Amino acid sequence: MTDTAETTDKAVIIVHSGDMDKIYSALIVGNGALAMGMDVSMYFTFWGLQRLKKGGLEKGPLSKMHMLGLGKWMINKRMKAANVASLEKLMNDYKELGGKILACEMTMEIMGVKAEELRTEWIDEYGAVGTYVNEARDAKITLFI
Amino acid sequence: MTDIEIDTRGETCPVPLVECRKALKKASEGDEVTILGTHPASKKEIPMACKALGLEIIGVEEKDEEWKIKIRR
Repeated sequence: MTDTAETTDKAVIIVHSGDMDKIYSALIVGNGALAMGMDVSMYFTFWGLQRLKKGGLEKGPLSKMHMLGLGKWMINKRMKAANVASLEKLMNDYKELGGKILACEMTMEIMGVKAEELRTEWIDEYGAVGTYVNEARDAKITLFI
Repeated sequence: MTDIEIDTRGETCPVPLVECRKALKKASEGDEVTILGTHPASKKEIPMACKALGLEIIGVEEKDEEWKIKIRR
């Protein structure tokens, strides 16, 4: 939207965890902030970055009660019954609304993740801590998930 | 001027809010966007988002669990 009334308040989220429920939290907050007219950047690092691998988005365990996958299976069933959107839809909406994705280069180096293993179509920028700090410098909301 | 209607009945957080924003983004100035839904929190939050975006709500209707919010882009 190009109307002048639109604010440029910004939210920046560090996505450190790769747990399924936490990726949900990050993407829901990110989408919500975009829907409320903010700019949003999500900085994927450590276990969070693993979720940007091809086929990796839905692969995370539950942060609690994973129970070798049984807990996750139960939660997925409950979420389906409640008609909760998939992570893939939330990510596509996030990108469609102009959300930015930053990928941590140090994580790629220490965990041996190559750019071609990642969903590069989602990633706007590769960077390190300076990139995060620069994004967060003028942000109204910053979260570490 | 076009009327755009989005149906989010049965959808939960954050889908009604996100679909509303997507429709407003695609709409041209002066278009009317009507959003239909059943998610209770979104009924409060869509007007909050419109306020933040500087857009005018031109009507809210409610019947049983369903609500309909009309916004001018």
